[in-house]
This record gives sequence, structure tokens and C-alpha cells, in this order.
Amino acid sequence: MTENRLRGVRPDRDAVTGVATGKPAKLGRRRGGKGRGGRRDGAPTVPDAEFTSYYNLPVINKPVWSSLDIAGYLFLGGLAGAASLLGAGAQATGRPALSQVSKAGAFGAGVLSLAGLVHDLGRPSRFLNMLRVFKVTSPMSVGSWLLAGYVPLAGVAAASSLSGKAPRIGMAATAGSALLGPAVASYTAALISDTAVPAWHDGYPEMPFVFVGSGATAAAGLGLLAAPVTQNGPSRAMAVFGVGTELAAFERMQRRIGMTAEPYSQGRGGGYLRAGKILSGVGLVGALLGRRNRVLSALSGAALIAASAATRWGIFHAGLQSATDPQYTIVPQRERLRAAAPPVGFAEP
Amino acid sequence: MAPVDIQIGRGPNLDGALLGDTDPATQGGYPDHPPRMGFFTDTSVCIGCKACEVACKTWNAIPEDGLVFTGMSMDNSQGLGASTWRHVAFIEQRKPVAAQDPGVVHDQNVLELAGNPTAPGTNGDFRWLMASDVCKHCTHAACLDVCPTGSLFRTEFGTVVVQEDICNGCGYCIPACPYGVIDQRKEDGRAWKCTLCYDRLSVGQEPACAKACPTDSIQFGPLDELRERADARLARLHEAGVADARLYGRDPQDGVGGDGAFFLLLDEPEVYGLPPDPVVTTRDLPSMWKHVTVAAATLVGGALAAFVAGRRL
Ligand code: SF4
Repeated sequence: MTENRLRGVRPDRDAVTGVATGKPAKLGRRRGGKGRGGRRDGAPTVPDAEFTSYYNLPVINKPVWSSLDIAGYLFLGGLAGAASLLGAGAQATGRPALSQVSKAGAFGAGVLSLAGLVHDLGRPSRFLNMLRVFKVTSPMSVGSWLLAGYVPLAGVAAASSLSGKAPRIGMAATAGSALLGPAVASYTAALISDTAVPAWHDGYPEMPFVFVGSGATAAAGLGLLAAPVTQNGPSRAMAVFGVGTELAAFERMQRRIGMTAEPYSQGRGGGYLRAGKILSGVGLVGALLGRRNRVLSALSGAALIAASAATRWGIFHAGLQSATDPQYTIVPQRERLRAAAPPVGFAEP
Repeated sequence: MAPVDIQIGRGPNLDGALLGDTDPATQGGYPDHPPRMGFFTDTSVCIGCKACEVACKTWNAIPEDGLVFTGMSMDNSQGLGASTWRHVAFIEQRKPVAAQDPGVVHDQNVLELAGNPTAPGTNGDFRWLMASDVCKHCTHAACLDVCPTGSLFRTEFGTVVVQEDICNGCGYCIPACPYGVIDQRKEDGRAWKCTLCYDRLSVGQEPACAKACPTDSIQFGPLDELRERADARLARLHEAGVADARLYGRDPQDGVGGDGAFFLLLDEPEVYGLPPDPVVTTRDLPSMWKHVTVAAATLVGGALAAFVAGRRL
């Protein structure tokens, strides 16, 4: 029997929590005014030393993407885009072997990355729905259109280059793929940054530079692996550019974003990234020392390709780690709130 | 603020499409539309009966998604997901309740006679928070922004709905949601979430969860009205000394432009598993595209330089 029911009225959604309906709040003060009304009394509010969460469960849902498909997609897209540039430049400067290798690699990587994307869909048969609309707000939409334009061009460029047929069309396709290539290599950074995954989102200003650097490293590696040393001068220079850009951008990002960068040096993601750094260094030194040694050059190329892949896998896994641990979502947001509005109640009498 | 007609890509208005206070249905292409509808979930009257979870599952024919015992108080559904569109959180705290008076009248105080310290009017250092979580139907919805197929769309009620016959399961919406709402159903590969009972709304019915809620903790209605009601409710609670009470997702100036489904909470949002300051990820997208463009140009520059330097390397 409730008090109110006797009167025919139930508080229902107007029921007041914590105090009897209609009673004054004085019962709420206990232990020296530290009860409900504490903050209004000006009692000091101590900032939380640690963060709270709901049973330590993640706040956001982590990506359901498989690492082979999507980390592979990031890696192959970078390789393809940068290789198109290398292929076009090699053609323009009379390096036929490097041109052929790069164009074939670009097309192969493009096709494989598309395959990875399709394979990762929950409903692969509905892949064409990607081309139902074009949305600048969706990097995946932009990317699908980009790949739909890029892969055929890269295919024609490679076919013409390898067969020696239709040189004019081949030239146009080479130019087209070299034009779209840089976009293919860099847009994937927006793809992963445009999420609520803390390590990916927070790193968005530097991520595209990490990605083009990593793409250049991979394309240079491909040239070194498969083309003769005499034609590989540009590949070596591109390796210097790729490794340098990638490492510098990554360093900067880690320093800037602070806490959310932790997963980049921890666990599986951190492991892959460390491996990527070592392989980059080894590959770069090998490439520069092996200017006249075909075997050393090829080995360095393989190391550079592996370095690029390791970096992408590392970034992918670090993102998952940052999504799974609620502290990376909660603490930076708390800090942001605290910075915007300092807690009331610090004013000492 | 007057509603503005904005289409993405039309230049100067792009910002308005990605942040700030706005009328989502107008922006979604409905010049003439019913008022924006939403939920006000007042957790201070939630009794944790889970009628909303059950009603939601039943009405929307959502498959079973795991019968487990978690030990997390009374919470066994753990969080929102592809097959859990309402989720009741349970939090047990060693915090004093202001004065937990159930309003029960005893002619004789039997409990006190028995020497029980939990007699009415006495404070105990324990409180039990319950809250029914749901998709926030954000004003600026990241899930909708990033969906590459147009499967996620804005309804005339200003809500956000997935069209299951279009979704190809790319999964992009899942990490995009700042609240961890939408998820993939493993069995069919597609993304699912609360529709705010679009089918029921279309015929003038209220959503199943709100209908089933016995305490009116879940209130459904035009968002403007709900906001007013929530403000009054908050004032009432503060007046009664419940200083912990706060509204969450009520502010149209927050990182997602305000939630279509907002809450009255009795503790910090993260205690309930909610992000304290969510921001729609696409807010930064214009800047992301700028950085991508500069990086692409850098790659072109790097390649050119490589061919120049490559003659000597
Ligand atoms: S809460 Fe998440 S799923 Fe719901 S509308 Fe907002 S972004 Fe989309």
C-alpha cells in the first residue's frame, strides 16, 4: 500500500528518486554535508583520479573487419597507388622493366584489394550497392568509386605495357592511373580515421602521410624486388622518401595524440609496428648498399614490402586495441570536458 | 534556430550538415514533415524490469543472441548490438541514496522493531542504478554519414533507420557510431539497430518499448515536448535534492547536435557505459579530406623527386 495510492494518486513517472515524494532534501545531507547536495554547498569536488566504466566493457563497437581483408586492403591500395606513379615515371624516363613491373604490380594489387573489400562484406553479392550512391561523407563510397575507375585503368596500362600493343591507349591509361593512384594510396587514411576508433580518429591529420609514405615504401620495394638494378635508381630514391615520410609522420602523430597513441606501441599492434620499423630500416640500408648487387637489392625490396604490410597490420590492430579498451574512449573525452569547464566547487572561502 | 535546407557538397552549407543544431528531417530531404520524434528515457524511475528489452525483441522479431549469465548485477544482455536494440544497464554502487523512502506506510514499524538498520528513513550506502539504453538517433549521425550504400537513411520523423534490403554488410557504420550502438548480425552479415519502430510510427503508434514501459521511464513523443518535459523533471529532482541528476544528449550544441533519444541520468555517463563527450566523427571529415589531398600531392612530389634524384642513386 503506498501513501499516495490511498489518495488515488500514484507518483508514476513523477516519482522522485532518493527522497520521499514531496519531502525536503534535508535527509540527503550526511557526513558533513557530503551527500547529494554536497557540490552545491561548495564542498570540494575532487577530480577523478581514475576513470569509471560500465564493467570495463568497451564504449564503442569495434570494427568487425577481418585483418587479412582490410589491413590487406590498406596495404595493397598503397602499393597499387604508388606503383602507378613509379610505372608512369619509369615509362617516361625510359626504364621499361621497372615500368612493366610497376604497372603489373599496381594492377595486381588493385584487383586484390578490391577482392579483399568484396570478401569482407557481410553480403558480398551486394557489392554493387556500393555504387548506388556517391557520398563525400563516406570515404568508403568515395573509395569504391575511385577503385572502380582506377582498377580498369591500371589493367589497361599493365596489359598494354606487357604486350606492347595499343601504345596510345596504354599511355592514356598509364596517365589516368598515375593521376588516380595518389588518391587510391591516401584515401584509406580517411577511411579508417572517419570512425570513432580513438587511435585512428585522433591520428587523422598525420595518417594520410603515414599511408602515402608506406605506399611509396611498398612500391619501391616491388621495383627493387623485380626490376634490374640499373633501372632502379628511382626506386631507391622512392624508398628514402617513403620510409622518411612514414616514420616522420608517425612520430609526430604519436607525440601529438598522447594517450590514444599507447596501443601503437603495445600488444599486437605495437609488435607489428616495431617489426615494420626494423624492416624499413634494414630494407632501406640494403637498397642503398645493393646498388650493384641484384640479390641484395631484391632482398631489400622484399623487406620494404614486408615493412609496409607490417605497418598497416600494426595500425589496424592498434585501432582494434583502442576500441576494445574503454579508457581510450572515456579518458580523452573526460579531459576535454574538464578543460572546457573546470569543475565548480574549488572556490575556497 | 530556423531549419536550413542543406545538401552535402553544396559548398558553404557543408558545415551545417555536419555539426550544430539543425532539423535533420528537413536536411534529409523532407521539406514537409511531421515533428521530430524521439525518446526521453528517465532512468530515475526505471525499475529494471526489462519489459522494454522484451517488447523490442518481440515486436521487431529479433533473434536470440546469447543466453548467458554474466554476474554483472542483473544485466545479462551486456550492451546494445545487432540483436539487442534496448539494453537495460544495472549498476550497484557503494554510494548513499539521498533518503530511500519507498513511501510505504506501516502502522507499526516492524522493521525497526526487529532492529533492522534498513528501516525507512535511514540511509544506506548502497544504490542501484538502472537505465534502458537505445540508439540515440543522432542529429548528426555518423553511421548514416559513412554508409556507402545509402542503406542507412533519415526518416521523415528525423530518426535513423537501416534498410535491410540495401545493406551489403560493409560494416563501416559499426566503428563510426560514437555510442557503440549499431552492430553486425553474424548470421546474415548485415548491420542492425533500433528503428525507433519506424513501422509503428508510420501508423501513429508509439514504439514498442515505450508502450511496454510500466513506469514511463521511456517516454516517446515530439522531441521539443520531451525536452521541455525533461527540463521540468530535472528541475524538480534538483529541487528535491537529487543533485546527481543530469540530462544526457539533450543539448543540441553537443558533439552530435543533440540526440533524438536522450536521457536523465543519476551519475556520470560513463558509469552507464555511455561516452561522456561523444563527437560525430564526420565533424572532422572536411579536415581529413584536406589532409588526404595534401598527402596525395606529397606522394606525387615524392615520386617526381625520386625520378630526379634517381639518376644518381
Ligand atoms: S547512436 Fe549510433 S547508430 Fe544511433 S544514430 Fe547515432 S551514430 Fe547511428
